[in-house]
Order: sequence, then C-alpha cells, then structure tokens
Amino acid sequence: MLVNNGLVYLIALPLFGAALLLLSGRRADRWGHLLATALSGMSFILGAVQFYQMLGRSPENRAVSQKLFSWISVGSFNIDAGLLVDQLSICFVLLITGVGTLIHIYSIAYMDHDKDRRRFFAYLNFFIAAMLLLVMGDSYLNLYVGWEGVGLASYLLIGFWNHKPAYATASKKAFIANRVGDMGLSFAIMIAFATMGTVSFSGVKEAAEGTSQGALTAIGIMLLLAATGKSAQFPLQAWLGDAMAGPTPVSALIHAATMVTAGVYLITRSNFIFDAAPTAQLLVVIVGAITLLFGAIIGTAKDDIKKALAASTMSQIGYMVLATGLGPVGYAFAIMHLLTHGFFKAGMFLGAGSVMHGTGDEVNMRKFGGIRHFMPITFATFGLGYLAILGVPPFAGFYSKDKIIETAFYAGGIKGILIGSVALFGAALTAFYMSRVMILTFAGTPRYDINHPPHESSFLMLLPMGILAIGSVASGFLLARGEALVHWLEPLFEAHEGHGKEILPPVVISLMALAVVIIGAAIAWFKYGRGTVADTAPTDVSIFTRIARRDLLQDDFNESVFMRPGQALTRLLVKTDDVVVDGTVRGVAAAALASGSSLRSTQTGFVRSYAALIVIGAVVLIAAIWAVTL
Amino acid sequence: MNYLTLIMAIPLVGAALIATLPQAKSLLAKQFALGTTLIAAVATILMTVKFERGNTDLQFVESYDWIKAFGIKYAVGVDGIALVLILMTALLTPIVVLAGWNESDNGRWSTKTFYILILVLQTMSFGVFAATDVFLFYVFFEAMLVPVYFLIGGYGSGERTAAAVKFLLYSLFGGLLMLASIIALYVLSGEQGGHTFNIAALSKLEMSSTTQNFLFLGFFIAFAIKAPLFPFHTWLPDAAKSATPGTSVLLLGVLDKVGTFGMIRYCLALFPEATKTFTPLIITLSVISIVYGAFLAIGAKDIKRLIAYTSISHFGFITLGIFAMTTQGHSGATLYMFNHGFSTAALFLVAGWMISRRGSSTIADFGGLQRVTPVMAWSFFIAGMSSLALPGLSSFVSEFLVLVGTFTRYPVAAVIATFGIVLAALYILIPVQRSLHGPTTPGNENLADLNLREKIAIAPVIAVIVFLGFYPAPALNIINPAAAHVLSQIGFTDPAPTHGGK
Amino acid sequence: MNPTNYLYISALLFTIGAIGVVVRRNAIVVFMCIELMLNAANLSFVTFARINGNLDGQVVAFFTMVVAACEVVVGLAIIVTIYRSRRSASVDDASLLKR
Repeated sequence: MLVNNGLVYLIALPLFGAALLLLSGRRADRWGHLLATALSGMSFILGAVQFYQMLGRSPENRAVSQKLFSWISVGSFNIDAGLLVDQLSICFVLLITGVGTLIHIYSIAYMDHDKDRRRFFAYLNFFIAAMLLLVMGDSYLNLYVGWEGVGLASYLLIGFWNHKPAYATASKKAFIANRVGDMGLSFAIMIAFATMGTVSFSGVKEAAEGTSQGALTAIGIMLLLAATGKSAQFPLQAWLGDAMAGPTPVSALIHAATMVTAGVYLITRSNFIFDAAPTAQLLVVIVGAITLLFGAIIGTAKDDIKKALAASTMSQIGYMVLATGLGPVGYAFAIMHLLTHGFFKAGMFLGAGSVMHGTGDEVNMRKFGGIRHFMPITFATFGLGYLAILGVPPFAGFYSKDKIIETAFYAGGIKGILIGSVALFGAALTAFYMSRVMILTFAGTPRYDINHPPHESSFLMLLPMGILAIGSVASGFLLARGEALVHWLEPLFEAHEGHGKEILPPVVISLMALAVVIIGAAIAWFKYGRGTVADTAPTDVSIFTRIARRDLLQDDFNESVFMRPGQALTRLLVKTDDVVVDGTVRGVAAAALASGSSLRSTQTGFVRSYAALIVIGAVVLIAAIWAVTL
Repeated sequence: MNYLTLIMAIPLVGAALIATLPQAKSLLAKQFALGTTLIAAVATILMTVKFERGNTDLQFVESYDWIKAFGIKYAVGVDGIALVLILMTALLTPIVVLAGWNESDNGRWSTKTFYILILVLQTMSFGVFAATDVFLFYVFFEAMLVPVYFLIGGYGSGERTAAAVKFLLYSLFGGLLMLASIIALYVLSGEQGGHTFNIAALSKLEMSSTTQNFLFLGFFIAFAIKAPLFPFHTWLPDAAKSATPGTSVLLLGVLDKVGTFGMIRYCLALFPEATKTFTPLIITLSVISIVYGAFLAIGAKDIKRLIAYTSISHFGFITLGIFAMTTQGHSGATLYMFNHGFSTAALFLVAGWMISRRGSSTIADFGGLQRVTPVMAWSFFIAGMSSLALPGLSSFVSEFLVLVGTFTRYPVAAVIATFGIVLAALYILIPVQRSLHGPTTPGNENLADLNLREKIAIAPVIAVIVFLGFYPAPALNIINPAAAHVLSQIGFTDPAPTHGGK
Repeated sequence: MNPTNYLYISALLFTIGAIGVVVRRNAIVVFMCIELMLNAANLSFVTFARINGNLDGQVVAFFTMVVAACEVVVGLAIIVTIYRSRRSASVDDASLLKR
C-alpha cells in the first residue's frame, strides 16, 4: 500500500485550531473564527489533493496509509496510530471537510452576536478533527478514538448554551446514549481481539474467513449496537431530537451530514464481517427498516422545524442502514445516499437556521407561514433540498433513494417485498412530512406580527446554502452517472453478482416511488396547503397523533424502563452501603464500645472491693492449681 | 549511585530542615516543602532515565543488615511496576503542595507540622514501593498510616477525627492480618533453611495449599482494605470527605496504590497456587466494585464522596486487570494505577478549589460555574473526561487494556465491567451538569477563577493526562517487561486467539 | 516441734490480714492488716528456711522487711495527705479511681 506522510495534517490542522482557540482565551476572539474556517478549508484542500492523486492511480493502488507511531503495544495487542485513506474514506473526508468548511463560513454570520463565538469555532474544529480521525483510522481502536471524540464534540456543541438546563440535559442524554453504543464498539473490539488476535481493518478482514460464524455474528451485532448509538437508530434513537438544542449549524454539520452517518461508515467499513454473518446483516436491515418508519412517523407530528428535520435525518439514515444490510450491492448505494443526504439535509438545516435567524430564533412552524416572500433565496435553496429529499428526478435524492428502494425489492423473496414496501411507504411519509414543513414555513399566510417581518440572511449565510443547494441538485446525477460511485468503491467490497432477482423492472419501481411521493405531497397539501393553519397545535387529536408528538413514546419508554429503575437501584445501593456494609463496620465499633462500657461498671473505685477481688482471685487460682495437681 | 535511598532521604532532610524553622514563618515552610518535593521529583526523573527498560531484574538494588538476629535487612530495589508508582508519587507530591498552598491554615497544628507530615509520608511511600524485604515493607506499610492519620485528623474538615480513627483502625486491622502472615512466612523459612524476610527467597518456600490459602488471605485482605475493594471500602469516602484535597490526592492517588501494588508484588509472587484458587472470588469482587462503586458515585450528593466512589470503581478495574493474568491486563492495571493517580489528582484538586471558594462540598450548591469560572470549569471537565476514560486521554489506554486483557480469559467479567463505562458517563456528567452547567445559582456569581499558582499546579497534571493518552509508550515501555516477567514467573501465558488468527 | 505448725500460724495470720484489708474502712487499720500479711509471709519464709536447712528464706524475709519499711513510709505519707485534704482516713471516700 502506498505511504503518504502528509495524511496526518488533515487531522492535525483543525486539531491545532481547536487547541489554539481554546487555550488563547479571549485574546483570540477577534480572529478565532477566521483561523478556524481557514484551517478547515485547508483540510479540505489537502483532502481534495489526496482525491486528485487517487484518481490518477489504478483502482487497486488507490489506498494510502501512514503509520505515525506505535500507540499501544502490550503482548500481542499492538495498535499503531495509523491512518488509512481509501476510496471509502476519501468520500467522507471530502464530505466532512467540504460541508464542514461551508458550515464554518455560515457560522461566522450565524454566531456573530454570540459572545462565545470563538469557543463555538474551537468545538467545530475539534469536531472536524475527530470526525476525520474516525474515518481515517486504520483500526477499530483508532476509529474508536474518533468515535468518542465526535461524541464529545457533539456533547459540547449540543450543550453550547448549557446555561439553559434543558439544553444541558439534552447534551448529557446524547452523550450517554452514545456511550451505550460505544460499549457495543468496545465489545466488538474485544471479541475481535480474543478471536482473531488483531483489531486492524486489514487484519480483521484477513482473519474473518477463518473465524467462526458465532464470533462474526457477535461482532456484527455489537458493531450494529455501536452504529445505532451514533447514528440515532432504533433502539438508541431518542437523543437526536433533543440534540437540536445545539446551534443550528451544529445540527446541520453533526446531526445531519456527518457524525450521525458514522454508523453507516462503520457498517460499510466492516462489510467483510457483515457479509459473513447473515444474522447480523438481517438485524441491520430490520433496524434500518424500523428506524426509517419510526423517524418518518415522528416527522409527521413535529411542529418544531428542527425536530421535524431531525426526525427526517433519523429516517434517512434508516434508509442508509437498510441499504448496508443488503450486502455488497447495497454498500455503494448507502454511501451515495449518505453523500447526497449530506448535501440536501445540511442545506435544509442551514435554511431552517436562516429562517430562525430571520424570525428571532423562532422554531415553531405554526408561527411561520408565507416566509417565501421575505426570504426568497432561503426559500429557493430549501426548496431545492426539498425536491432532492423527495426523490424527484433529476434531483440528488432520486438517484440515491430510488436505488435503495430498488435494491430492497431485489433482496429476494418475502424479505425483499417486505422491506421494499417499507422503503416505499417511508418515501410517501417523507413526501408528506417534508411537504408539511415546506407549506407551513414558506407557503400560506403569515402567522406572526407582520410589522416585524422576517429578513433575509446575510451573504455569508446564503453562500453555503447556495453551494449546498447546487449539491442537492447535481450530486446525485454526478455520482450515479455511469455508476461512478459504485465503480469507485467496488475494490473494497467483495465482487457481487449484479443485482438480486429483479422482481419488477427498475422503471416500474421508480414510477411507483414517484407515485407515492406525489400522493404523500398531495395529502400534505390538502391538509395544510388550503385554508389557514392554527398557530397553536390542535389538542383534540387522535391518540396516534399524540403518541407521534411524544416521539412514539421513546422517552417514556427509556424513562420507565431504564432511568427510573436505575435511579431506584442507585438509591437502594446507597442505602445498602450505608446500612449494611458500613453498618457492619459501625456495628463492630459499637459492639466494642458497648462491651467496654459494660465492663467499666465493675470498676467501682473502692479499694476494698479491688482487694477482695484480688483475694478471691488468688483463692480461685490456688484452688484451681490444687485441683489440677491432685 | 544509591538512587532509592537518596530519594527517600531527600524528603526526610527537608522535613528536618522545616522542623528547625521558627514557628511563625509558615510561608518559608511552604517554600521549603515545595523545594524539597521538587528536588525529589527531579531525582526520581533522573532515576527513571537511568532505569534499564528491557531488564526484568530488580534495579538500583541496595541491601544492608538491619536487625541481624532476625535476618531483617534494609533491602530496596525496583522493577518497572514499582518504578512508575514511585515516579507517580514523586510527581504528585509537589503538585499537591503547590495546589494546597493554604490547606494547612485551618489545621489543629502549625503549618510546619503539616508539611513535615507530608514529607514524611512521601518517604514512606517511596519506601513501601521500593522495599524488597517483607519486614521492611510491613514497617513502611504501617508507618504510612501515622502521618495520614494526623493529616486527616489535624487538618481536615467536618468529622475529621472520626474519619481519621476509622481509617486508622481499618488499616491496622488489615495490617495485623498481614503481620500474622509475615510471621508465619518467617517461621516457615526457618524450617526450610534459614530465617529470612527476602521476597525472592520466600517465594521459593514449599507450603501446603491450606497454608498458602490462609497466608494469601492475610495479605490479600490487608491489600483489599487498602485498595479498597468491595466490601472493605467504607472507610474511603469518609476519609476522602474529611481530609484536605491534597491529602485526599495522596490518600487515593498514592496510598491506595500500595494495596494493588501489594497484590502484584506479594500475593501473586509469594502464593501463586492460592492466587489461582482465589482468582474467581477476586474477579467477582472486582466486578462488583466496578459496578457498585459507580452506582454509589451516581447517588452521591457530596462531591468529595463522589470522587471517592469513582475511585472504588477504578480500583475494581485495577484489581480485575491484575487477576485476569494476561499481559494486557497486567500492563493495563499498572498503567491504570499511574493514570488514576493523575486523573484523581486533577478531580480532587479542582473540586477542592471549588469547595474552598464556595464553602460547601454539596454538589447542589454549585451551578453555572462554566460562565463564572471558565478555567476552573474546564479543568474539572477535563479531569472528569479522564475519569470516564475518554479515548485520547490517558485513562482510556489503561482501561481498555484491562478490558481487553480480561476479555480474553474472563469474557463475562469483562462484559459486566464494560457496563461500567456507561455508568462512568453518568457519574461524571451528572455532577458536571449540576455544578458547571445551568443558570448560575445564587451565591456563585462572584467566585474567583483559578489564580496563577493553581493554574501552574493543574497544568502539568492535565498535560500528563493528555500526553499519555496519545502516546503511552514511555510508560508502557517501562511497565511491559516487568508485567510480562511477573506473569511468566507464576506460569501464565496469554490465551491465543481462539479462531485461527493471522 | 513440728515446723509445719508455724506454717499454719502463718496462714492464719495471712487470712486475718486479708480479711482485715477487705472489711475495714480505716486506712490505718487496712495498712496494719497489710503489715500483718507481709509478716505472715515472712514467717513462712523463715519456716521454709528452717525446713530446707538453708538461709534463702531468711534472706528473703529481710528483703521483705526492707520493702515493708519503704511501703510504710510512702503509704503513711499518702494516708496523711489524704486525711489532710479530706478530713477522713476512710478508704471508701477516696474512690476517685473510677472517674
């Protein structure tokens, strides 16, 4: 494999930025954001150079690596601090640094009025570094460092305004849900080391063939657990909605475009494990299918624009996870959807941020309406993203999502029809809730004080939105043209024998998808597009709507099954420790004291009684000796 | 050059000098103490540099007759495991002195006495890690209690006397069990060719398995109390809560390590058969400690008690690593001891500053500190991240090594222990949220941020935490040969990968 | 005469002394009883010396006398001091040891 000693600078530059900005304190307030943006941009340029060089090489020789130093080495457990950039990593590198830089630029304006803007940029840079480490690490343990690093960045950024207790709680919730997932990754690494003796990607790939089915399945399930935590998939999805407490650029970068897709990366990276462990693979499909519906249903009920988008993110990642569970044929489509989703969802989040910026940080869509008149550019960029996520040809989502639906149908047998239908139904739901967002926000009549109309955002904010909108339009076509991405990623995966059984011609599936999208959008229009919309959420709604508004009871479930019993257990153990464990110790002490004080009463202080005792003692002693000698 | 005697003598000389100072000059006493501990630290660093890494024999060996009639020697020497612990002690003490500059002000006795006690404690700590004569070890082991007793009882807060007595009695109880075992070893050695207290000679004794088991328990209970392991842990939260923050650092960071160090040096080396017998029990206790300590930490309302409980959880990891009997577990456990010293030091010192500013150690009394005192808040946060073993910080390396090392031999124990990392997130993030985040609670608006002295004290601790997280090799290179040597001596090899492998 | 009789007398004297120590309250009388016990012991020593035909017992008896003399000096001094401070020579009044 080619060695390139420059890879580390991709990570080092933003990491340096983060450290410098945090350590230099208020001194850096004036230039901190500019430096951070520049460093992120430089990382992007370095990534682009890597990509360009990679293009010039033959498919087998595209991967480059760098060994920095031996990180942990004990006995046979040898982990190098090593980097690996191959066809898969480079997609992420470009997405992270590219979208990341755009969001840096956006944030300069968005966070302009915040006195902690420097800290915000430090966190953003730290996130870029950690995320790059995640996708560039050459072993599971290196990935783990980035994995928890992005978790920390996410925690810091969700809780950026942590003086509000609810936001602080949201950040804590995200970190803990992620930690549960991280535990899965720990397990996977431990099992891999115990069974294969290595945890590097290349080592595990080689050893996977000789490893038992049971071990591979266990590793696969544990990796899936990790992915569900990071990518907000069922059953660890509950944190994502609350994570919208973070500033909107964060939601765009971390909780839409990059970090939450790390689970998809992990599964794709571990293709050699999942391909050999069908049970784990099936679970991946199930998790993806459940989540894509779960997210979509929540999305239909949310009035908070960011939470609606977050639910949509969850659902779209469900699509990607579903695709990765479909084996070799699905990985490339998952990555394709991941990339296009990175563009259109980040674009829409930035659009939402722009709307919030223009309306004084309002997030309730029922207080919007008719905003297209005041914010035309935001409307245009958001609208392009909207068309992309719906999968309207020729926008980006059409190429990526249709492929996933198609692949799902071709998975074979009942399974194929089942997951294909789920994916199709999800598409209809997507069309419904996205149209709802569109209509409530941009169409209709204003539901706010018309004397203080929203204002369009500044150029620095519109520029990234514009670029991302272009991506939402064109990226799908570019990636799918001549199956460019599929061929690009092909060397990484086991050769697959074309599609599965084509139960329906692709055209029919595309038309079906288009049809359900139109139906979904039409229902939304009938429900919200005509007439007026109440500016407070109606309360006389069906039980289903209420459940959907409560995020399908995900928090209620977690609270009643984990949190409250956990708290009760904690109280019980605290009590036990005090009463039983320490009680025993104190009991011994008390017993010593009590025996002392009871013996003390024999000490009367009368000399004559002591003398009498001495005499009696002597007599008894003599009698005893006498008795023994006789 | 006799480094070990030298570094043990330096603090004693410093203590003697401080004793001659006039009572009123408390500032001079502080400066003297800082100077002495810094000299000791430099000497220890020099010793570490001179240490031959690949060599598994004891190094810097010295041996003189002490009490000839009983074959007791002043015998010292270190291997990699003892060396890193001595280094940790030497590095932490000046930091404790600097960080707790004003800790002695509310004491029952003078500032001079405080620093004399600290310095004497440092000598004892060096001695206990360096001793290669069991009797000498025992003397240091018990004598260490004296300065700590006075440090808690004389300079602590709250119910300091009760806590000090609890600590002393608990430790003495363990110490007496160990003394009984030591005397038994001495008698046995006399029956088998000459009275001795030398570890190497004692490890070759022939013993019936019953004898081994009883003697092992004598040592192990003493160390389990010291470490502390469930269910012998209840003295620690009381002691840590009552002691000054600096004392708590020395108590948890250094003193408690004697327990886990003793398990490696004495339990394993002297009684390999009994070790195997008791391993399942000890692994169980370790796992209980990890989970139980974590739950108690989550439920703790007092910040110092919380840190003490996290340490109980961490000591569970260390013991788990030791008794997993794999090179990863052993190296990880030793590295864990070193790292735990620094991460706990950071937590306790920052918590101490928070408490002295607020005048309360109840977590609920804090709130919104991140806005008021950002540097202090950040220090606490980083210390907390280190405590929950965030990758990139030093504790992660050691914790993961312990887990991986345990998994290869005891998968179930490792799996349960891994749940500890989720609990760790809870017990750190809950106090972080309550004390640093949220609106600034009344009474906290005007707290002062860290001053220069405090920043200088905390900076090296954080630097070590971050540096060893990214590049643990300097520490691992010292530890690995020693850990592997210990294992090979008692006849353990790492389990091979079960399914083929490379 | 059979030397054993002297031992009986010694035992008798000792018992009288011991009972006196236990039952009498006046410190002076207690003190005299102690003397009686000591001298009972002396009588035994001298008797044993006679029985065994050596001088060991007599030597010890002399030692005892010296010790008894010392004891009288210290003991009377204490009794006088107590009498001065408490106006009483009763041993039950000086029960301060229990506190």
